[in-house]
Amino acid sequence: MTLLSKQARLPAALAGALALTFLALPAEAAEMDDQIYTFFQLDQNEYRLNDEGEDLYAWDAQGWIGTDYDKLFLKSEGEYALDGEWEKAEVQVLYSRLISDFFDVQAGVRYDFEPDPERAYGVIGLQGLAPQFFEVDAALFVSNKGDVSARFEAEYELLITQRLVLQPSAELDVAVQEVDELGIGSGPSGIELGLRLRYEITREIAPYIGVHYESDLFDTADFTRDEGGEVDAVSFVAGVRLFF
Amino acid sequence: MKTWLNARNSRAARNTRAAFAAVGVVTALLGVPPALAGTYDLTIGETTINVSGSDRTALAINGTVPGPTLRFKEGEDLVINVTNTLDEDTSIHWHGLIVPTSQDGVPGLSFDGIKPGTTHTYRFPAQQSGTYWFHSHSGLQEQSGVYGSIVIEPQGREPFRYDREYVVVLSDWHDTKPEKILANLKKQSDYYNYNQRTLLSLFDEAEEKGFDAALADRLDWGGMRMTPTDIADISGYTFLVNGKNPEQNWTGLFAPGERVRLRFINAAAMTYFDVRIPGLEMTVVQADGNNVQPVKVDEFRIAVAETYDVIVRPMEDQAYTLVAEPLERGGLARGTLAPRDGMTAEVPGLRPRPLLTMADMSHGDMEGMDHAAMGHSMPAAEAPGAVEPPMSGMDHAAMGHGTMPQADGPPAQQPMSGMDHAAMGHAMPPASADADPFYAPGSGLTPKAANGGKFLSYADLKAQRPLYEVREPTREIEIRLTGNMERYFWSINDKKYSEAEPIRLTYGERVRFKFVNETMMTHPMHLHGMWTILDNGNGKWNPVKHVVSIAPGTTVLAEVEVDAPGRWAFHCHLMYHMATGMFREVIVEGGPQAAALN
Repeated sequence: MTLLSKQARLPAALAGALALTFLALPAEAAEMDDQIYTFFQLDQNEYRLNDEGEDLYAWDAQGWIGTDYDKLFLKSEGEYALDGEWEKAEVQVLYSRLISDFFDVQAGVRYDFEPDPERAYGVIGLQGLAPQFFEVDAALFVSNKGDVSARFEAEYELLITQRLVLQPSAELDVAVQEVDELGIGSGPSGIELGLRLRYEITREIAPYIGVHYESDLFDTADFTRDEGGEVDAVSFVAGVRLFF
Repeated sequence: MKTWLNARNSRAARNTRAAFAAVGVVTALLGVPPALAGTYDLTIGETTINVSGSDRTALAINGTVPGPTLRFKEGEDLVINVTNTLDEDTSIHWHGLIVPTSQDGVPGLSFDGIKPGTTHTYRFPAQQSGTYWFHSHSGLQEQSGVYGSIVIEPQGREPFRYDREYVVVLSDWHDTKPEKILANLKKQSDYYNYNQRTLLSLFDEAEEKGFDAALADRLDWGGMRMTPTDIADISGYTFLVNGKNPEQNWTGLFAPGERVRLRFINAAAMTYFDVRIPGLEMTVVQADGNNVQPVKVDEFRIAVAETYDVIVRPMEDQAYTLVAEPLERGGLARGTLAPRDGMTAEVPGLRPRPLLTMADMSHGDMEGMDHAAMGHSMPAAEAPGAVEPPMSGMDHAAMGHGTMPQADGPPAQQPMSGMDHAAMGHAMPPASADADPFYAPGSGLTPKAANGGKFLSYADLKAQRPLYEVREPTREIEIRLTGNMERYFWSINDKKYSEAEPIRLTYGERVRFKFVNETMMTHPMHLHGMWTILDNGNGKWNPVKHVVSIAPGTTVLAEVEVDAPGRWAFHCHLMYHMATGMFREVIVEGGPQAAALN
């Protein structure tokens, strides 16, 4: 059915989204104070070894191109088991508008290549810096099947020294209704907690180590158990945070 | 010109002559007409400099950073040819010079800029005297080295004496290209802040004021998503005196007992300097090119783009270190005054970095201000009358009325007439010597002299001779200095240049600008084409400037006699603030050149 294998389609889609992002903005020179800038960060770019002995590569990337007020965002996260299996892979392309000193409202699309079956979503969200320097991202998703879900993410950067940074992070997924095909129950469906300690050699390059915990919750956990899967996993992680 | 230069057997003059000869600043002495006239040639091009330990490409005027010192005579008709050998547009703006709008050198407002490979000729008369400077007004070229100094000899006698003089250009150099610096700030506004509060520094703070107080302070700042260490946007600068780093040690020679005039110019893109010469008292005689009544000081703060002329009289046969310490203490600009070449004096260490306080966060806001509630013991006669203390949303008790131990002093109070002084708080201790009404009471930025002596305040500046008659302003325009620190863009009245309409003034009116600083940074505001009369409470002696610096949490008043028709730039002189939106076009309508304007 496809020209490209599934493994090849994800990078292709990423490249396509990135190209689209760059093409979508006006090329003419704007006023000095209204120029277009770019940003790309692999906040998580890591090897995970979990308590089941499985090893994975995982990423959490974010980039934008745009002006102070209007940006096109690209977000992607996923996991690839090093035995050759995609566990999760999603890409979001969002229009982002600055609505206050610290927050952007975002809207766009999300596409999940994994897990099976693939899904497309409409996205609306809010991203920014909350008081006490919590970086937060809240998004509401509506799938092409009409399923509604939400995700809340928060992270904090605790500076131990100027370059040694401890970064706790949390992510909570909530489903409004059961999605049988994906094994998701209604209500809070999953949680991820992370604690990463990085050393910023430069702002751009920061190797880190840490722990990552993820767990299915409530009905979703029951589904997973019924299918004989693991409900939760603790992983040791090591990676390099990159910033362009 | 030549004769005049020869009259000065000074190193600066020799340097200047050398520079003139080397770079072909040609004085058109052939057939000098009775009226003074001079032709000067400047070439802007790339050069390689090494002030940081590695070779870097700089943009230079006549091959050097800084460019040459242009020496004019008051009344001289100037013809200045500027050749652009870069592969991008450039421009030269004559900072502080009163010139016709077409000669002001701001691309998009005065002219189209100087295209690559072309020569543009500026023509205007030197209608003033004093110390000024010039720099590119294109893109971010100023940070890369396109700046130089201007000295204009007055027609008449100067009201002070000196035996020799030096131009002292202070500047900041960064190995990273300015476009990249700005891109980094846009990605992460604290990209360059390596002096953040950390978990480790929390222990120090706890030791100082107790754990609960230290934590509460952290939460106060965190609640605002601001940080008290945010003094400078950019770190990693090398600070220069006349293009030399501290090791290269620019040296000015003197004979003991001579009066030496130092013409300080802050040509830095982003850096305020605290300037002192340990062991020497400095007499400030000029600010922004205009003579002021002499003030003896131990130290002064020079805002970006300001100039101060000081006279020192070293009596001993010894070297003195000239120290220009950046406000954020991120390094040092150093030079030496010495009787002979090669002599040096001790170079003092850096003082601690300042930290912002809640006073600096108070938005210079007047709303809800209750004059009666303010603890001023200041007699009316001494009221400088320029800085309005920030009161809105502030905890008066926390401001320490009546309890302020080290007495940062009562703030100057603008609307004094008709105030009931008897009703004003009396618990306030008298202002201490280091109080400066141009800083918010309790501000972390209030300067203090290193030797505990006198630090120059704006309040000390009194014009030697008023340029304008005193009259009531015809109207007041509020200029709120605003910005988004997190996303790194800056604005005026919450609008960037690209979003705002020009400010329209009418020829012949006198406008009062009310600058309200709502940000945490100090902004040196610069209006082109017309003088800015700083209202520091000295009435007809209010000093006349081209840059007015507004500290966080303060409101400063300044008046402008609108006497120059045309389109003018009005902006913060911190280069990255200007570039990201803290800029306005000012259009002066009417007047003698109204027809030409259209």
